[in-house]
Amino acid sequence: MLIDDFNPLEGKMLQILKTDGTVVDELDPHLDDSELIMAYKTMVLARVADEKAVKLQRQGRLGAYPPCKGQEAAQIGPAMAMRKDDWFVWSFRELAGLLQHGVPLVNQYLYWMGNEMGSHYPDDVRALPSSVPVGSQLSHAVGISYAAKLRGEDTVSVAFFGDGGSSEGDFHEAANFAGVYQSSVVFICQNNQYAISFPRKSQTRSPTIAQKAISYGFPGILVDGNDILAMYAAAKEAVDRARSGLGPTLIEAYTYRLGDHTTSDDATRYRLESELSEWMQKDPLDRFNRYLENKGIWNDDLENAAVKEAQELVEKAVSEAENYPRPNVEDVFSYMYADMSPDLVEQMEKVKAEQAARKGV
Amino acid sequence: MNMVQAINSALALEMEKDPSVVLLGEDVGLDGGVFRVTDGLQKRFGPARVIDTPLAEGGIIGMAIGMAINGLRPVAEIQFMGFSYLTMNQLISHASRMRNRTRGRLTVPLVMRMPYGAGVKALEHHSESTESLYVQIPGLKVVVPSTPLEAKGLLTAAIRDPDPVIFLEPTRSYRMLKEEVPDGEYVLPIGKARMVQEGKDVTVIGWGAMMVQIQKAVDEAVEKGISCEVIDMRTLSPMDSASVIESVKRTGRAVVVQEAPKTCGVGAEIVARINEKALLSLQSPVMRVTGPDIVVPLPKGEDYYYVTPERILAEIERTVSF
Repeated sequence: MLIDDFNPLEGKMLQILKTDGTVVDELDPHLDDSELIMAYKTMVLARVADEKAVKLQRQGRLGAYPPCKGQEAAQIGPAMAMRKDDWFVWSFRELAGLLQHGVPLVNQYLYWMGNEMGSHYPDDVRALPSSVPVGSQLSHAVGISYAAKLRGEDTVSVAFFGDGGSSEGDFHEAANFAGVYQSSVVFICQNNQYAISFPRKSQTRSPTIAQKAISYGFPGILVDGNDILAMYAAAKEAVDRARSGLGPTLIEAYTYRLGDHTTSDDATRYRLESELSEWMQKDPLDRFNRYLENKGIWNDDLENAAVKEAQELVEKAVSEAENYPRPNVEDVFSYMYADMSPDLVEQMEKVKAEQAARKGV
Repeated sequence: MNMVQAINSALALEMEKDPSVVLLGEDVGLDGGVFRVTDGLQKRFGPARVIDTPLAEGGIIGMAIGMAINGLRPVAEIQFMGFSYLTMNQLISHASRMRNRTRGRLTVPLVMRMPYGAGVKALEHHSESTESLYVQIPGLKVVVPSTPLEAKGLLTAAIRDPDPVIFLEPTRSYRMLKEEVPDGEYVLPIGKARMVQEGKDVTVIGWGAMMVQIQKAVDEAVEKGISCEVIDMRTLSPMDSASVIESVKRTGRAVVVQEAPKTCGVGAEIVARINEKALLSLQSPVMRVTGPDIVVPLPKGEDYYYVTPERILAEIERTVSF
């Protein structure tokens, strides 16, 4: 088991795909070529979609947006290890993982453009909406898994959060509950080194976040978060363990946010240029690309075609999102409860009348 | 039955009827709850459905939210209202808005039960009445029974409700009142007030533990020749404004009674609604009888705080003689 061989207390970090694109043979999860190529294409799509979102924000076509650039492997790896009927519980920087789990890109653009319909996912997609209050989503994963077990389902909840979120009381409560109930939950901490400006080393005196799991009675593992194969392999083991009733796992994905915290942030105020360029060298896409090329299943032509295909998909999603009708007055009132109270109806009618009068002018 | 028994009965019947109903909270299982409200239920329905939890109010509600999203109907007990503030982030940021922010894709049919209120000489943090905090949150419903019968009927409705319901149980009334309560299923609608008694001079409005104090006051008012109409709100959100307005239009006078501190209490909301819709029917200002804007004193000084029948009667008389 990887969790036995890579004990965070011994300072070990799981890496399978080395930065030069070669693989540690005995750890290779042996994905099919087609699976590897699909994973890479999803990474490319996520990268193109993410960069597009930032551009749209600069053009005033999308609201504040938290870019996921650099964290694609940390998200897509675990999402590949999930089944379609597993639950994806996330924070707010998980565009890449959501794509892999089946949340359409148009939903994601719609949400960041300011329309609640963005979080109305297709019926067959099991994912929660974003959780902007950091860490507060983690206990939902525990509840979802509890309900699944009681209802006789063998589904797993995979809950994403960040190094900042690990300081919230919610993390402690959820991890403790998950340990107590042996929940079928996999916690993925994307340690991207900063909580906005606050560096990881100041967030906790604990040498790793992974080791915190041990105090809750379940395993934690530190993984190179820019290594898609390692993230997949660690998550697959954790998901399988959870599904077979062996309880939760905490995976710390050691990664880096290559972009700003959000489009409203300026990371140059608190990060050194040299640090950024160092992490640029560890870009998860480049590393995976080198591996696929070494393997002889990828080349420049395929790369260009994949980028072009991604750009087309992104343009289509953007256009669909931009042409999506804005909510009407009923939409913002009628989903507060299953049934509107007479007072709420009265308030809605007032807003409707104001709108009608405005149009009349 | 007393209120504790009535609540226990509602929980047992709903658990029997619907396998998706689960209970969770601190000491709710083996111990049957610190007030014995869930007594015997773990034995009957098993520890998987009557779940003892570690001590973490936010975690309890967070877990209940996840359960509700994935097909269960969790009824979470918070041991005392004074410990409920840790649940606020979960309620405001998630439970209350899940339906809206997913446009109906995900919903959170949970109940958060808790004892509230003063007048029982309890420890610090065990006497608060902070219902207005919850009433202010769009997407939650807030229900407060005043009698055993109401507790059974309203809790049954709360468990079946498709949206999150905060269910406040007046600690002082847990074992004080006894009345006939059907052993079988009994449901009362959420969002409807109860006309306790009809009268012609003044409408007295209250909820929860205050109904006992109100009843004593209006019984004395009769001796003084004042005929009081009494309304038990039962649900604070969504509020049954129509029943209040209709009554005040007839009586022309109103006194609102709340246990909570005065400022920005639910009573203020009721006064505002009367002003909006029945101002021209009023023959005197609408008055409030409330706790003062102070921390509920420890037992030695609790009587300075607690709303008494005398205080209510005095305000009724002032209103009628205005």
